[in-house]
Amino acid sequence: MSKSKTVHIGSNASFWERNRRSGGYLLRHTLSKKIVSIGRALLMFGLCFMIIQPLLIRFSTGLMQEPDLYDSTIVLVPRHLTLDNYRIVGELTDMPRSMLNTLWTSLLVSVLQVVSCTLVAYGFARYEFPLKKFWFACVVMLIIVPPQTIQTSLYMSFANFDIFGIFKATTGKTVNLRTSILPYALMSLTCMGLKNGLYIYILRQYFKGVPKSLEEAAFVDGCGTLHTFARIMLPDAMPTIASCFLFSFVWQWTDVFYTRNFLGSYSIYSNQLSSIVSRMSRYFAQGAGQAVIVPNGRQQQLISIGVLICCVPLIILYCFTQKTFVKSLVMTGSKE
Amino acid sequence: MSKQLKALNEHWYSPLLEGVQTYIPGNATYKTMRARSARIGTMFILPFIIGFLLFMAKPMVESLIMSFNDVTLVPGQGYEQTYVGLNNYKHALTVDPEYNKFLVEEVGQMAINTIATLVMSFVVAVILNQEFKGRTLCRAIFFLPVILSSGVLPGIEHQNEFYDMMAGMAEQLGESGVDLSTTLQNLLSLSGVGGQVFDVVFQMIDSIYDIVMASGIQIIVFLSGLQSISPSLYEAADVEGCSAWESFWKITFPMVSPLLLVNCIYTIIDFFMKNDNRVMELIYQITYQDFKFGISAAMSWIYFAIALAFIGIGAFIISKAVKSYE
Repeated sequence: MSKSKTVHIGSNASFWERNRRSGGYLLRHTLSKKIVSIGRALLMFGLCFMIIQPLLIRFSTGLMQEPDLYDSTIVLVPRHLTLDNYRIVGELTDMPRSMLNTLWTSLLVSVLQVVSCTLVAYGFARYEFPLKKFWFACVVMLIIVPPQTIQTSLYMSFANFDIFGIFKATTGKTVNLRTSILPYALMSLTCMGLKNGLYIYILRQYFKGVPKSLEEAAFVDGCGTLHTFARIMLPDAMPTIASCFLFSFVWQWTDVFYTRNFLGSYSIYSNQLSSIVSRMSRYFAQGAGQAVIVPNGRQQQLISIGVLICCVPLIILYCFTQKTFVKSLVMTGSKE
Repeated sequence: MSKQLKALNEHWYSPLLEGVQTYIPGNATYKTMRARSARIGTMFILPFIIGFLLFMAKPMVESLIMSFNDVTLVPGQGYEQTYVGLNNYKHALTVDPEYNKFLVEEVGQMAINTIATLVMSFVVAVILNQEFKGRTLCRAIFFLPVILSSGVLPGIEHQNEFYDMMAGMAEQLGESGVDLSTTLQNLLSLSGVGGQVFDVVFQMIDSIYDIVMASGIQIIVFLSGLQSISPSLYEAADVEGCSAWESFWKITFPMVSPLLLVNCIYTIIDFFMKNDNRVMELIYQITYQDFKFGISAAMSWIYFAIALAFIGIGAFIISKAVKSYE
């Protein structure tokens, strides 16, 4: 009886009545909540805007004709709309070909990387083998050592590729592998690609979290190792693997370090983009029939478009796979 | 193998012995669970072992050797080395006009950015962990830098002088426009409050865009840590009369602080790998345009050693700080 009465008063009494009953606590509580949420909204809006704004600016300046760039009355909305800039950038970056090349190399490399990293991570998570600690320290080292430290000798060893001197003994010459995708595919297959230490770490963390009894049950039922791995572990691990794949794909897409060193002979978009400035003057000189100095504003505009073209496919991908992206790292965080 | 040895093997486990036995076909101990585990485990990580030895350990040793040598290219044959001792290191640190300057600048920037990124990503993660409208959208936007600040993208636009020009113009116009941070800076330095500290703080504020762009992954890591905290902890604290502020410092912070180390290391490495890192640019230039392999190897080793020292210091400080909470 008394209980229902309390509810009655609580729900029907006015705000001030309830505030009076609580001794001013309700007002303070509501006010502080409002202030916090307004402050939070402002902060979030500001920071989000800061992240999005460069994209918007790139988009709007990309549509401007050259005079608009120097017109101080034009800030965001172009007066003379044009899609010509996109055509120019497309030609500058060897567009359809470079994009296709980027697509297939990124796909190939990231698939190889994720496959090998998954196997290695599973090995680290589940089996006891000699020198396990040492090899795991090597994984950590792989994360820490920047590839720039070893780029010189990697460059050398692939420019003059040889396995224990076999090629030199048989043909008298070493093989230059730098002109093919083979070295990088090999490196990806052996977990030495871009940030692969990180993927091994993430996946190992995931596999460690899966209860061991699952595999033990499979073992008792006579399921072989590979079978257990493929049929029991892999299906559950798919979201984590997928997110590692996405990271790998996206980072490979924009990467210049490995691309510049190993895929120099392919026309890859990120490579094209990184050297776009030098190609720009040549392009305009051809058009005008004489040497031209490309004005800074124009250069900047074209670079912006290049950057936009580079990230738009990734952003679209991200929109569809946002949840998957985050999944792997959410697993990782719980430990260490 | 004798019966005795076999019996011994089943009870007494030696990883080294097992490692050897694993590879002997027809070995009597081949089928024990441990040996099986060792065999299969090694098979699983075999790609890594091969890759690490071929593409990591070997190049690292080579590049370390190179840094003590004068390297000249021989077409079709590879390269020749002549031992020059520490000359390459001396050259990098004392002769090269730019390396020193870039190194000091970049390392300073790295230290400031790392601290700022940690603070920033922690604050953002705490906010994103709260319930509010549009949270999903905000999260999506905050993780966008993972894409937008990777690889070729961040550096390319700063290489251009156009921005410098614009910045110069903005400064000239500064009298009419309101530049809050400069005004505030002037005000504070006029009132004579600790100059150096404020310089650092204002540097952070000025580079807030870079910091936000660099903290995508760190936010996810912190957020995952926050989400793994059991809500019942907060409920218990609430029942005991703990305020939100108190429960933040007594529950949230200690629970998430181990992740500080992970993020600290990640941030430092990420800064290293950045495309717009001028030290790395210089090294690349010396390698592929001047073909001075020895000097570039020495330069990258110096830089790596410094970063390693930073990671070590960061790890030390953070592990001390975390321990005090336990």
